[in-house]
Amino acid sequence: MTDKSYAEEQLTRATLDHCVKCTICETACPVSAVTPLFPGPKFVGPQAERFRNGLSVDHSVDYCSSCGACTLACPQGVQIAELNSQARAVMKKNHMPLRDQLVSRTTLMGTFMTPVAPIANMALDMKPVRTIVEKVVGIHRNAPMPTARTQTLAGWLKKRPKPAEPATRGPIVYFHGCAGGYFETETSKKAILVLEHLGYEVLVPKQGCCGLAQQSNGLFEGATKSVLKLCEQLRSAGKDLTIVSTSGSCAGMLKHEAHEIMGVNAEELHDVGARTREMSEFLLDLYEAGELDTNFERNDITIPYHAPCQLKSQGMGMPAIALMELIPGVSVVESGQACCGIAGTYGLKKEKYDIAQAVGAALFKMVKETNPDLAVCDTETCRWQIEASSGVKTVHPIWLIHQAYGLPDPR
Amino acid sequence: MRRIETDVVVIGGGATGAGVVRDVAMRGYRAVLVDRADLGQGTTGRYHGLLHSGGRYVVSDARSATECAEENVIVTNIHADAVERTGGLFILPPEDPQDFGDKWWQGAKDTKVPAEEISIAEALKREPRINPHITRAFAVEDGAVDGWQMVWGAANSAKLYGAEILTYHRVAKIIREEDQVRAVMCTDEKTGEDVQIDCTFVINAAGAWAGEIAAMADCHDVTVVPGRGIMIAMNHRLVNSVVNRCIYPADGDILVPVHTVSIIGTTDVKADDPDKLTIPRDEVQQMMDAGEVLVPGFRKARAVHAWAGARPLVKDGRVSAEDTRHMSRGMSVLDHADRDGLKGLLTISGGKLTTYRLMAEHVVDQMCEQLGDERPCRTAEEAVPKSEEGKNYVVTHRLEEREEDRLADQIICECELMSRQSYVDLLEAQPQATLDDLRRQLRLGMGPCQGGFCTTRAAGLALEHENIDIERATGLLRLFLKNRWIGLWPILYGDQVRQTALDNWIFQGTLDVEHLPTPDEELTV
Repeated sequence: MTDKSYAEEQLTRATLDHCVKCTICETACPVSAVTPLFPGPKFVGPQAERFRNGLSVDHSVDYCSSCGACTLACPQGVQIAELNSQARAVMKKNHMPLRDQLVSRTTLMGTFMTPVAPIANMALDMKPVRTIVEKVVGIHRNAPMPTARTQTLAGWLKKRPKPAEPATRGPIVYFHGCAGGYFETETSKKAILVLEHLGYEVLVPKQGCCGLAQQSNGLFEGATKSVLKLCEQLRSAGKDLTIVSTSGSCAGMLKHEAHEIMGVNAEELHDVGARTREMSEFLLDLYEAGELDTNFERNDITIPYHAPCQLKSQGMGMPAIALMELIPGVSVVESGQACCGIAGTYGLKKEKYDIAQAVGAALFKMVKETNPDLAVCDTETCRWQIEASSGVKTVHPIWLIHQAYGLPDPR
Repeated sequence: MRRIETDVVVIGGGATGAGVVRDVAMRGYRAVLVDRADLGQGTTGRYHGLLHSGGRYVVSDARSATECAEENVIVTNIHADAVERTGGLFILPPEDPQDFGDKWWQGAKDTKVPAEEISIAEALKREPRINPHITRAFAVEDGAVDGWQMVWGAANSAKLYGAEILTYHRVAKIIREEDQVRAVMCTDEKTGEDVQIDCTFVINAAGAWAGEIAAMADCHDVTVVPGRGIMIAMNHRLVNSVVNRCIYPADGDILVPVHTVSIIGTTDVKADDPDKLTIPRDEVQQMMDAGEVLVPGFRKARAVHAWAGARPLVKDGRVSAEDTRHMSRGMSVLDHADRDGLKGLLTISGGKLTTYRLMAEHVVDQMCEQLGDERPCRTAEEAVPKSEEGKNYVVTHRLEEREEDRLADQIICECELMSRQSYVDLLEAQPQATLDDLRRQLRLGMGPCQGGFCTTRAAGLALEHENIDIERATGLLRLFLKNRWIGLWPILYGDQVRQTALDNWIFQGTLDVEHLPTPDEELTV
């Protein structure tokens, strides 16, 4: 951590003054509800913070998944999860496990896996390989892994034909995130097609990682570099343009996490953060302004929907529900669960895998019971977690919108 | 009536008295310490927690500065478990007289107070929240000391040397036979029993109450002027080292990180009665303004508790009786043999917590001289119990301990991470204790919720473990809340108002604390 960010952090620390010890956060925490290993958000947050002075003595803070359910629930405005993330960064400062460095380098994973996608996928499906990975690196053998694609989103964009219709609404910037660039390229393509269908000229500047995974693993220095570089890249597409993202959690990194957790105070971050909209948020805003094409094809379906923790902490409600229910015949059932357990990279780790599964258990059950064929969730890792643990195919809300507009599958 | 026989009776269970009884016992005398209340309940517990480096006095009082610097090293060592080696800064804000910086620096050299001038950038790196516009910064070896822990350490050390510590024993009379002290008459405040302690010597270390005590031996006109100072504890450590304003000693010139809080102090106003100290609103505001100079945004931070203490300043003909700040802070020993023709009584007063040990040494030296004994002082060399290993206190220690035992033990006071076991152990050792007595040793109820969540737990455990009746348990609960409130209402603004509202709902709305079964008379001890 640089001295500057330390100074900035004092502001988050100052929010501990608002704690009245009411314990509401503890009742909202999905992790302490399933394991005694985590002492709970009040304990490790505003309470423990008063005892900290550089020295890290409470390693149990690492059992916080940073899902942010506590901060969201706190009626007094204490930035509990943010305090925990900062404490974890101090804790891991001098002994960061290799595993945590690896899983947080999402761009790197994508870059390596894409050219050898079939082999990489096969290897990740093989039990002996995963057992070795668990032993050596510490990623649980059953943890959900992304599926590598043979073509990146950038590759697709280069090769695909230009849109037939000229843009009528001007340019918009699309932020796809690492997963949307390498693994969940289908979601990115559908999002681009929907935006083009609505009349936007979709600009997709070359973009790197937002640093969220590094941040949640306590690697603040690297994460700060990543997020600032990304901001410059997104800004290069044009001044004052709206930035739309299908990566729910990465949008949150730009909107508030980089500033509140790492104390990044750069002008480019504030500029990009203020212009960033999560996809459903953006489309619902259009609808409320009377500017969304609602000529949707009917789709009689009941969908279990889970709003990711990092989407909820953006404080915008759950726009995906109202958006999807604009489609005739669609009925959305909200999961009512704080978190699926994965919380970015938390549930991948061998010592936390079982906790993450327990956190998500009620969600997996609810998904299976509501619709065994399809579920919806806004963030990549959560979808992988839900699919792997419930066996139900899980997609981004844009898939339903894409389908309801009757748009062709991306080629 | 109980009767005890001893050599020396020490009156007053503050830092001075505890230091004296330890010293007396270590020199081989039989000794008894008496206090009308608990140890450290007077001035010793009502200060800002600073272990002086001496820096504060390098210009105004060179002798005190040197004494502080020397005693700082000794106290840090012999009371390791009570002292946190925080280090300190003297910072010069732009609005203060700039020439004081040079005077201070010269003073530090002259008085041999260890100090180093550091760059503003370095000061801000050490303490990111301090005023970035300061013009100079000096690093010193200030520390933070828990006065209660220190006093108990000294008392426990004295006990090892055979001394008896009698808290809640109020002195009623000092009995003399002609020109010689013979006994001290006390009342046991817990039982109402009279206690006569036969002795040959009495050392009066009653601080702000020393005049009252001397009068009980018919030694009149010992004038100790109580200089009232208020302190405010802020909810967390705004700084992790002591931050001093580099000015001539004045009000609100220091912010001390002590345990989990940071304490701003202090004012200095002559008081009439050390038992009736107020915390006036304007002085609270004055502290807030002073805090703002040291740490911008100070007013937005949360204050959790305020208190007032009475400095025992011996009246000195050279300064006006109204000007308590500039009366002697040095110690003064009154020999009542010379003064009043009474042998076997010394009054020790004045001084500072940092130099408590030295004060004790001086007065006990004088006693030995009067008794014709040659017994050297050894208090500087030997650590008190629990400090033998020389491991100084660190703020993280309870968090570390709870990390180890939280699955095996309950936490009773969550704010201060006090475990059930530590509480029950102390209850067992001090069955007569009030919750405040336990608080001073365990920090029960001293965090942000100010007893809102832990008082009922503590009272319940006392009932369960001590076989006290339900009325006493209720009495303990109400007494504790009442005492917390004294330090709450003067600082009710911002976040602490919300806390107080919640606590009020819990106690009035849920527990109906005003209408619980109570003893006939409201509990006071």
